[in-house]
Amino acid sequence: MEPLGTFEIIIRVLYQLSSVWIALLLLFALSIAFKRRLGLYGKLFDSPIGMIGFGLVMFWVFVGIFGAMDLIITHDPLSQVSGMKNKLPGTPLAGAEQGEYAWYLLGGDNLARDVFSRVIKGAWIVVQIAPLATLFAFMVGITLGLPAGYYGGRLDTFLSFLANLILAFPVILLFYLLVTPEIVATGLPTMMAIVLFMFPIIFLGVLLNSRYRTQPAFRTPLLIGVLGFALWLYLALISEGGYLVRSIPGLPSVLDPFDIPGGILVVFVSVVFVNSPTVFRIVRGLAMDIKTRDYVAAAQTRGEGPWYIMLWEILPNARGPLIVDFCLRIGYTTILLGTLGFFGLGLPPESPDWGSTINEGRKLLSIYLHPALPPALALLSLVLGLNLLADGLREESLKD
Amino acid sequence: MGLFILRRFGVMLLTALCLTFIVFFLTNLYPNLEKLAKTQGNQRMSDEQVQTWLDNRGYSEPLLTKYGRWLGVVPGFTKTLNDGQFVGSCVRPGVTQEETPRFCGIAQGDWGYSTRFKADVDEIIWKRLGNTLYLMMWVMILMVPSALLVGVLAGMREGSRTDRSLSTFSILSTATPEYVSGVIFIAVFTSSTVGLKWFKGTATQAMEEPTFENFFLPVLTIALYGMGYIARMTRASMTEVMTAQYIRTARLKGVSFPNIVIKHALRNALIAPFTVIMLQFPWLLNGVVIVESLFNYKGFGWVLVEAAGNNDIQLLLAVSVVSVFVVLITQLISDIGYVYLNPRIRIS
Repeated sequence: MEPLGTFEIIIRVLYQLSSVWIALLLLFALSIAFKRRLGLYGKLFDSPIGMIGFGLVMFWVFVGIFGAMDLIITHDPLSQVSGMKNKLPGTPLAGAEQGEYAWYLLGGDNLARDVFSRVIKGAWIVVQIAPLATLFAFMVGITLGLPAGYYGGRLDTFLSFLANLILAFPVILLFYLLVTPEIVATGLPTMMAIVLFMFPIIFLGVLLNSRYRTQPAFRTPLLIGVLGFALWLYLALISEGGYLVRSIPGLPSVLDPFDIPGGILVVFVSVVFVNSPTVFRIVRGLAMDIKTRDYVAAAQTRGEGPWYIMLWEILPNARGPLIVDFCLRIGYTTILLGTLGFFGLGLPPESPDWGSTINEGRKLLSIYLHPALPPALALLSLVLGLNLLADGLREESLKD
Repeated sequence: MGLFILRRFGVMLLTALCLTFIVFFLTNLYPNLEKLAKTQGNQRMSDEQVQTWLDNRGYSEPLLTKYGRWLGVVPGFTKTLNDGQFVGSCVRPGVTQEETPRFCGIAQGDWGYSTRFKADVDEIIWKRLGNTLYLMMWVMILMVPSALLVGVLAGMREGSRTDRSLSTFSILSTATPEYVSGVIFIAVFTSSTVGLKWFKGTATQAMEEPTFENFFLPVLTIALYGMGYIARMTRASMTEVMTAQYIRTARLKGVSFPNIVIKHALRNALIAPFTVIMLQFPWLLNGVVIVESLFNYKGFGWVLVEAAGNNDIQLLLAVSVVSVFVVLITQLISDIGYVYLNPRIRIS
């Protein structure tokens, strides 16, 4: 078979991504049709920058999701095909069998794996970890930053010192110290996970309790339901092979339906750990600013509890800057994940995540460009999309 | 002001103590020590051999004792082995038993001995730091003026076409981490496939004789990532200044536009970016580690990677002390500078 020409490669890649295009079209059509009823999200479609950013981000989200469902990829991202080592984009597979995709669309890497499929699979890793880790960092930052800003005093001094302590650590040094197989073997990441993953539960519990404290008949079942589910997720997340669940007597190991491999857990935990002090500082600053407003004084006069004021008066009014920072921070987390992969920390070496792929591809960069460039451009476009989205959101939220 | 600086120094010392203790704790966890024993001794050591190896070198004592030794407040570890060989944490090759000091920690100015490079830590750090400082210097020379220029030009007329395109450029540069831009630069400018062989893909020779050809790409790669952020901050502060009353007054007086920008706006617009530029130093450190591995330039970042990869405890501690002080001192300078530059704060 003939190798594909450039034009044909582009057409075929676009065709492989057809499910993504359909999903994007549907999303944009629906959102634009109903944009007046969708609040801040709808307003995003008034600004071209925001729309481009949102489009780029959703493109990679859909690529990640559909890639995980095996709709897009042409080959298994881990399987090696003989004779395809470092082959240029569009090279036909030597001896392709019936039903197998006959080309390596973006060429093969130095272990003869399909670059296209690896980039697609890598998107799923980022789309899974980055937003979730950012969300966790926000929960930690909000739960600690609100009281620090609201109460001030010793609590604030202490928490700020801790935050500055972590911030003074160069991120790379921290990663090199934390994300190693030796540290995973000591169980330290699990300990950190136990502490860090507790914050979302505390956050949820306090959030709901402070709101519905006055209606016990409604509050109690709600809290039991929500916290029960959260606790179950918590146990399942932190325990490996039913380890923690089984150590508490009376709990069946059925409660631990999924395991997170130690490598992924340590990456997740350290990314949350690195991000949360910055979020803490932002939330603290916002809380200090907002607590002097009249509506906070009104709530205090009404006799509302401090946590109600923090979570239902201050937090909603701080949402604008927080949402913008959330978008930027997902981008930053993506960069951090890439850095980890680039230094070969945490994730298994054959993992198709973008950082590892760039790291592998750079070794032969002066001869073969095609293994390193697609993941680099993918990472670039996702982070760019997140930055543009944050810019659009900022612009639109300032218009109110 | 004096008291303020003194207090900041106190906090700095406390932070450095806490951080080095954390590093110490992490590097002295048993699996890490075991790795150290196996890389220093041999890979096939049995568990008992590892234990003896650690015992003979004082690694299996309590954590606080070891930390005190590193600080120089607890006497160094010494032991005479069965075969009469004198070993200890203060023993250096070529120094006799009698001359070996009792204390050897940073209080005595001794930063320890690197197990990876078989040399004194401060020697290695100074040499490699020199390389990195040279790199940083050129990064600053390239990054700061161009970032300020981009920011001022963009913020001068908000919403104009120049503003749009320069803002897009700065967003693009903040979205491109060093390992992405570095790879793209190497691919475009050095590889034989594209054909533009303008620069060299490695900076190994730049350590001896830096030339534009082998040194520009690493500098550009680090500078580009930091540039966008500074430019955006400058732009924000410039647009704010340009809407101020005194600028309007100057316009109504008939002062020409270039004069307004240079004489009236620029000075006030550059206060905020100053803080940002100082706070960029710690981020540059990240970039330095990435770029030094990417371009094979043996500086401070390379030492960090080597020390961490081989669990070279004392070298790693020295690396963290240096980087923590870089972070804290730049914070201090940015605080002082902010007060100094801003007359409103300085006079009140």
